Amino acid sequence: MSGANDPYDPKQVAALSPDALAAGVAAARAAFDQATNLDDLHAAQSAHLGDRSPLALANREIAALPPAAKADAGKRINAARSEVRQVYAERLALLQTERDARVLVEESVDVTLPWDRRLEGARHPLTTTQELVGDVFTAMGWEVAEGPEIEAEWFNFDALNIGVDHPARSLMDTFFVQGPDGSADSGLVLRTHTSPVQARVMLTRTPPIYIVCPGKVFRTDELDATHSPVFHQLEGLVVDKGITMAHLKGTLDHMAEAFFGPGIITRLRPSYFPFTEPSAEPDLLCFVCRGESVGNPDRPCRTCGSEGWIEWGGCGMVNPRVLRACGIDPEVYSGFAFGMGIERTMMFRNNAADMRDIVEGDVRFTAAFGMEA
Amino acid sequence: MRASVSWIAEHVDLPPELTPRELGEALVRVGLEVERVESAADGISGPLVVGRVLSFVDEPQKNGKVIRWCSVDVGEDDPRGIVCGAHNFAEGDLIVAVLPGATLPGGFAISARKTYGHVSDGMICSARELGIGEDHAGILVLEADSAKPGDDALDVLGLREAVLDIAVTPDRGYCLSVRGLAREAGAALDVAFHDFVMALPAVDQSAYPVTVADPIGCDQFSARAVTGLDPTAPTPPSIASRLHAAGMRSISLPVDVTNYVMLETGQPLHAFDRARLNGAIGVRRASAGEKLITLDGVIRVLDPDDLVVTDDSGPIALAGVMGGASTEISDETTDIVLEAAHWHPASISRAVRRHKLPSEAAKRFERGVDPRIAGVALQRCVDLLVEHGGASAAPGYTVIGDGPARVSISLPANRAAELAGLPIDATTVRARLEQVGCVVTTSTADKSTSDGSTVDGSTGIGAATETTEATETTEATETRDTGGLFTVTPPTWRPDLTDPADLVEEVVRLVGYDQIPSILPSAPAGNGWTPQQRLRRSASRSLAEAGYAEVINYPFLAPAVHDAFGLPAADERRRAIRLANPISEAEPEMRTSLLPGLLANLVRNVGRGSRDLAIFEMGLVYLPAETTTPPPRVGVEHRPSDAELAAIERTVPRQPRHVATATAGEFDRAGWWGQGRLSGWADAVEAARTIARAAGVELEVRKGDVPPWHPGRCAELLLDGAVVGVAGELNPRVIAALDLPARTSAMELNFDAFSPPPPAQAPILSNFPPVLLDLALVVPEEVPAAAVLAAVRTGAGELLESVRLFDVYSDPARLGPGLRSLAFALKFRAMDRTLTVDEATAARDAAVAEAAARFGAMLRA
Repeated sequence: MSGANDPYDPKQVAALSPDALAAGVAAARAAFDQATNLDDLHAAQSAHLGDRSPLALANREIAALPPAAKADAGKRINAARSEVRQVYAERLALLQTERDARVLVEESVDVTLPWDRRLEGARHPLTTTQELVGDVFTAMGWEVAEGPEIEAEWFNFDALNIGVDHPARSLMDTFFVQGPDGSADSGLVLRTHTSPVQARVMLTRTPPIYIVCPGKVFRTDELDATHSPVFHQLEGLVVDKGITMAHLKGTLDHMAEAFFGPGIITRLRPSYFPFTEPSAEPDLLCFVCRGESVGNPDRPCRTCGSEGWIEWGGCGMVNPRVLRACGIDPEVYSGFAFGMGIERTMMFRNNAADMRDIVEGDVRFTAAFGMEA
Repeated sequence: MRASVSWIAEHVDLPPELTPRELGEALVRVGLEVERVESAADGISGPLVVGRVLSFVDEPQKNGKVIRWCSVDVGEDDPRGIVCGAHNFAEGDLIVAVLPGATLPGGFAISARKTYGHVSDGMICSARELGIGEDHAGILVLEADSAKPGDDALDVLGLREAVLDIAVTPDRGYCLSVRGLAREAGAALDVAFHDFVMALPAVDQSAYPVTVADPIGCDQFSARAVTGLDPTAPTPPSIASRLHAAGMRSISLPVDVTNYVMLETGQPLHAFDRARLNGAIGVRRASAGEKLITLDGVIRVLDPDDLVVTDDSGPIALAGVMGGASTEISDETTDIVLEAAHWHPASISRAVRRHKLPSEAAKRFERGVDPRIAGVALQRCVDLLVEHGGASAAPGYTVIGDGPARVSISLPANRAAELAGLPIDATTVRARLEQVGCVVTTSTADKSTSDGSTVDGSTGIGAATETTEATETTEATETRDTGGLFTVTPPTWRPDLTDPADLVEEVVRLVGYDQIPSILPSAPAGNGWTPQQRLRRSASRSLAEAGYAEVINYPFLAPAVHDAFGLPAADERRRAIRLANPISEAEPEMRTSLLPGLLANLVRNVGRGSRDLAIFEMGLVYLPAETTTPPPRVGVEHRPSDAELAAIERTVPRQPRHVATATAGEFDRAGWWGQGRLSGWADAVEAARTIARAAGVELEVRKGDVPPWHPGRCAELLLDGAVVGVAGELNPRVIAALDLPARTSAMELNFDAFSPPPPAQAPILSNFPPVLLDLALVVPEEVPAAAVLAAVRTGAGELLESVRLFDVYSDPARLGPGLRSLAFALKFRAMDRTLTVDEATAARDAAVAEAAARFGAMLRA
């Protein structure tokens, strides 16, 4: 190698000759072209662009040139190196693209494989149906009231105008709590309806009262396809000035539509409940046939038995006696109350055929409902 | 109440074109629950004809029977040959023959078949085979000349007649009669109703001597008598078929007649065999311990509250409920005393419950019988016994007592419109009330006083000075608005009409509930779900999202499960509330914990083929009340005092809401990704933490020993220092005793211990880089990880951003016996600067020092 102060010796700088540079570029191009994978390309890159590559070595010789020759040699060698770098970059991009394409193919998986590692939980439709009821009514400004399931007879019966000897009291199929002496005279029952909650609210609050009371109730019925000794009810109560049966009807219609869809309304049939007067039973327009099966033997409806309407519970204007017992002046306030079975509603809404499936706690039943009924 | 349409039609002008179904629909509109419109012919199809037995031959058989080979004229060109096993007919008798191709009730198909050496071309029917009676001893023989061969037997027997089956609500006692149903039909269809019109003898108290010692229990007792009855006289088919349609068995003419008249008038009647009466009839309450054998042959020990009918021998009937055996009508009875009384409804109700003896009579007395119909009912009975039993009406008519006094109700004329939300004018109100039998008067003179008393009632609250003013204004509006005041006297058959609201219902139901408009009321702004209700929803949602399926179990408890749980005798969970009348004697108590139900549920699900199970339940448990003394009897005329309400409240059991989980099998499933993981104690504890997270709090976990959990795998869960639940794996003995899957784990928390979280506090985040350091501490095995973690947290100080235990390692050979290594990942970060490694290392060393000081922890080499 020549030093800076060495005399100029053309033999020693042969590497800077145009031919030599052209050969170096050609060799690099050939080497890059021959590299078929990134490893080979990397090796070729070291050989032709690295510190020990012919072009790098040639570059160092510039220092040995006389000042007049340096500029020219520098220009040529830069052009050569830049050409090699570009060839390399193109080849690199090509090989990387090829590699990526290959790897993505190699890494492909069967995305249809299941990933059911975790158990799937679900909420019971009776719970979510009660929540739905609450959602519908709280959206109108009502509140959701609750109370004890083992209840004093006074709240369950007396306050609701069902005196001790009232025939309705024995029709209720009541579970009685055993007293300390072993008799049934403990004064406590498993509540037969959620109406005692209404009495409790009326006793502790001043109207206006707008509440719904969903909850568990009990009757001494054996479990079969349509009965259960433990079931759930939804009741509503409004006490305010100027409340009429029209408001009752409007509320029932609203709820029917919220549960069963637009156009499903209710009708009222006169009935009897001790805690309401006048009393009625609401029927639901059959949400399957919409009444079109009536008198139409070609299109019978199993859901409503071709009656067009389905029984849905009980309702009426709160009996003034009940208002009085709860400390509300019936000359100032009037109110309505309604109640229906949650299971029955669910059987309609979710097409549940058998009460036993609802109450037996089979996880397969719950699982079908997910997070909302 | 079941009644044939033709019977109802005897008392009301039904439009001729009205179908039974339309009649049913009309009754539904006015409030009767018509469950079915049916006819006895519903189960019969195909040819059922009247036949005449032309001749027969008795043919003895090898099996000892004698069959009759009959030639029967069924109106065809040639008679048919029919084999019959009965012998209660003669040649020339009219019988009912069912011919091949027909089906009898119960799906019994008839075909021509070979039997006893003949081809029997049909069958001769008994009453039972036709579903119209119980008699199976012989075939049904029709009255001579009542029909001719070939006639449709369904028409001849009246089997095509439509029968309404009606569920009568407790307020409508009068509809437990044809009279009441006809009246309702008249009102529903706006057609004329015809009540009984009958000449009655003068009351002379001579039918039979009667004394009433309890005029409250029996405010009216009426009696008539007949003599010379033919005890063998049969009940005519017209009466028997109506009784049958009503669901009653035909017994004997006198009994059938009393039942028939009860169905017709609603007045229950009783027939005494006069020959078996000893002295005067009396009415009183029973003495304690007195006995009576009722008609059903049961010896009844009477209660001092029971009303009884007596003669000199003692009680002869449980009043209004059931007669006694000693004076029962027999097949030798010729002279009869008929009773038609008006009993105190509540007394009858109590007797029915006490003796568990519901009866047709009691059902009517409980709901109220028309006190003015007794005379008519007795006259009907006498007439029918004279007509069909050859009896003579004995002279005399005994009536003791006047029946209940009639009361009047004041009704503002606009009250119905006000409550219905429907314009109903005063004329309509009056017309509708009169239609149900009320007497309605308007009195302008009464108006001010009646209005005044109403106003007084409505302004009972407030200071005296305000009252005057309020009275004036209210009176002014009331006078303007009520549109007058009616004085309404309800009919005697409607004891249920006692309040203005009752009258409003009568008016509105006859106007038509379908006229009421639909208006949604606007409630004042509300607060939505309460925070506690929202917490319940988010907690149970969290569990469901964590893999648990919700179940809702019956809250009934078998006490034996507490033995299986291994609970000590004094365990609070054994103090369960007991039911007097449980559905199952095996489960007479109310749950004190959710676990028994949840575990039984797990077993049931395993039995149905589920293996990997995670279930939860949220619901009330029932704990003893403050006191078991029954609450005071509190009236309902006005609001009870706060003290009275508090006294009732003290008797109501405490009913906290619990939440519980149970798991068995794999919680993380095995699959193509690798091994699964069985559920265990840790899942149970984590379920509790899931609930706590929903409530925004952290549970303290400490080792516990609570049955039915595994004493080594049981965690007590604490909130603010109080135990609020238990979680872990169940004791293997419990698992074996209850047949649960191995390693079943469970958790139960008192959900009421959690409150809705206060607003969460936002953290202040540092954006300087953290320093991550790991730390492995060797501690004695019995030191809980939670305690070591707490020491590390305290020792590391405020530079510690987070710490996570990531490994537990024990190896006696390397660590030494009784020791284990707990490895923690620590993340340090400063709020105001980039932390140096030296600072972080110093903090970690402080953590080691704290753990060393507390537990002798050593840094693992």
